[in-house]
Amino acid sequence: MSDAWARVPALAAQHLFLALAALALALAIAVPLGIRSARSPRLASIALGGASLVQTIPSLALLALFYPMLLWLSGRVGGGIPALGFLPALLALTLYALLPIVRNTVTGLTGLDPAIREAADGIGMTRRQKLWLVEVPLVLPIVMAGIRTAAVWTIGAATLSTTVGQPSLGDLIFAGLQTQAWTLVITGCVAAAALALAVDALLGLAERAAGERRWRRVGAIGALLLAAMIVASAPFWPSRDGRDRNVVVGAKNFSEQYILARLIGERLSRAGYRVTYRDGLGSAVAFGAVATGEVDVYVDYAGTIWAGAMQRHDVVPRDQQVRAIADWAKKSRGVTLLGTLGFENAYAFAMRDSFARARGIASIADLAAQAGRLRLGSDLEFLDRPEWRAIRDAYRLRFGAATPYSPTFMYRALESGRADVISAFSSDGRIAADRLVVLSDPRQAIPGYDAILLIGPKRGDDRAFIDALRPLLGRIPVAAMREANYRVDRDADKQTPEAAARWLAARIGL
Amino acid sequence: MPAQSPDQPSGPTVTFDDVTKAYRDGTVAIDGISVEVASGSFVALVGASGSGKSTLLKTVNRLIAPDRGRVLLDGEDVATGAPHLLRRHIGYVFQNIGLFPHLTVADNVALPLRIAGRRDEGQVARMLDWVELPRALMTRMPAELSGGQRQRVGVARALVTEPRLMLMDEPFGALDPVTRQSLAAAVARLHRELSLTTIMVTHDMAEALLHADRILVLQAGAIVGDATPGEMLAGRGGAAGEALVAVPREQAARLAALTR
Repeated sequence: MSDAWARVPALAAQHLFLALAALALALAIAVPLGIRSARSPRLASIALGGASLVQTIPSLALLALFYPMLLWLSGRVGGGIPALGFLPALLALTLYALLPIVRNTVTGLTGLDPAIREAADGIGMTRRQKLWLVEVPLVLPIVMAGIRTAAVWTIGAATLSTTVGQPSLGDLIFAGLQTQAWTLVITGCVAAAALALAVDALLGLAERAAGERRWRRVGAIGALLLAAMIVASAPFWPSRDGRDRNVVVGAKNFSEQYILARLIGERLSRAGYRVTYRDGLGSAVAFGAVATGEVDVYVDYAGTIWAGAMQRHDVVPRDQQVRAIADWAKKSRGVTLLGTLGFENAYAFAMRDSFARARGIASIADLAAQAGRLRLGSDLEFLDRPEWRAIRDAYRLRFGAATPYSPTFMYRALESGRADVISAFSSDGRIAADRLVVLSDPRQAIPGYDAILLIGPKRGDDRAFIDALRPLLGRIPVAAMREANYRVDRDADKQTPEAAARWLAARIGL
Repeated sequence: MPAQSPDQPSGPTVTFDDVTKAYRDGTVAIDGISVEVASGSFVALVGASGSGKSTLLKTVNRLIAPDRGRVLLDGEDVATGAPHLLRRHIGYVFQNIGLFPHLTVADNVALPLRIAGRRDEGQVARMLDWVELPRALMTRMPAELSGGQRQRVGVARALVTEPRLMLMDEPFGALDPVTRQSLAAAVARLHRELSLTTIMVTHDMAEALLHADRILVLQAGAIVGDATPGEMLAGRGGAAGEALVAVPREQAARLAALTR
């Protein structure tokens, strides 16, 4: 618990800075847009329609969509636009915050009694006087309510920025969800909620003070928020030591990735690098991130690159596959494949041992014969992956039902009998611990999934960097990886990824 | 407000010269109206709803811009110069009053001075005296006042900058008859004592007959009757005027019959 709380201040600072920056940007756009929309019904319908449309996009998807959009844009202008991290998170959250502010500005202005405007004109006010002496004071409470709504939404949605590589309190929540460390999840949620309530309360005070025309107090609250933002922006200040020593270690969103990222990070910091982590990257995002250099190093799996980025669907021997990936990655994306770690994390079908035995299922071919009566539990992306299509077509596999779960809940579903077979990962510690059987693949429809170390273009010839990582190559047997994973995934006596990484390092003698 | 000396020049002459206004849907609100309102007179514009009387009034302080024609104040076209500067010299009172709900009575009355960059601490209190409101109301908010009190504040606000011309658009339309009567009397008194030029739009012929010294009858955007109250009662106000006069005359006759 205390471990989790120790991470809160730094993450909360980044979280707050991101949310307030998005809110400020949204204000700068939404208020003028709202004022103009109040004068033109056509613009109002466009602006409100557009903002509502944004709201219908799930916030997670909105964040994810900015990654390819910025990547494309960066390509158009010859690079330089970061597609991961702060920028996409800022843009998505800003879009998200627009609606309540625009809507309340328009509602407030159009709802103003026409007699009051006529009186303002009648006594000879200029447009500016009308705005500041009449419209602003009367509409402010309504606009302020919109701003408060936007602030609470933005702080809540900022937890999702973790998925595009921007650290936030979501780091705790996502890591906790993946590793079933509920204290982490609760810590992240409580901290985010506290932040939202605090900002909402401050804005509420500002609103009351404005209603009472106590402008000095309004100014003080504004200054307080600004100060909080400046303090929170500390992680973004350029560090005095050279940029070269700052490295970013990427991790996808499951325990093994968190552990390996810590193992890598630990070695790099011992070699004198300043390490930051980009946790919880989407599978498709991760390779793009190392190619653009936003992530310096991470672990991926041969089959993922093979079927995903390379669009290959044939199955070749594993060593040949790794060599082909290394060539392709270097030539087309400038990414160095330093080598394999020594274990494989392949997609596999797993069943409860007793259940499989009772049904006489030992291979995917056996499974295919009975699949119509069985329920598949898969992870969230498996059913959309080319590997699944390859297996399905090779075995003419048709399940009675297929339900996606987050990895943690997938094992629970198998255990409780809500799923009969799951799309497991061969290095998962729960396979041994839960006494599951992994079905064999007689037609070799599943490509190899060797864990490979991928290095971004600007580290490709950084000697110290590569020397720090080279000892990991070929060093991690699948049994060691499974056990390390299990230390994080198990229900009782859970370890943090950091602790599991230290255990793994000792186990393989590093 | 300093008491006006008897020799203070009267308010401006208002000249309408071929003033025409059609709305976007094509309906003609006022159609080539030319008439002169003499300095210091109290003119009532009467007519049915949609006759164009409000539109004509609002061309004077440019709340409505005519499509054609000009409005002159003492021979000077109102369209020269910025509209807000023009309006600061014209008192404007209208049916919906339009007090600013976030300002106290005193701040509402003082606002025309404030926006013109003028300060006069005593002026607000003097204005409340003029419209017969107790000074204790200064710190109240508009929502705490009765309808009649609110319109008195509206009149005070319209006159605080000491304009020479007052425009009133159905100023007493939303008030009960007793309040209406006393406020109308107060306005008539202010008109006299300040030697204003006053133009008042009303649909109530009795009000026009009692307070104005000249009545213009509008119908379908044109002036169809132009007479003093006496002439109007004598039947020289044209057919439309006669129809409007018939109502209060009939009422007066029936009331007289009741007392007999």
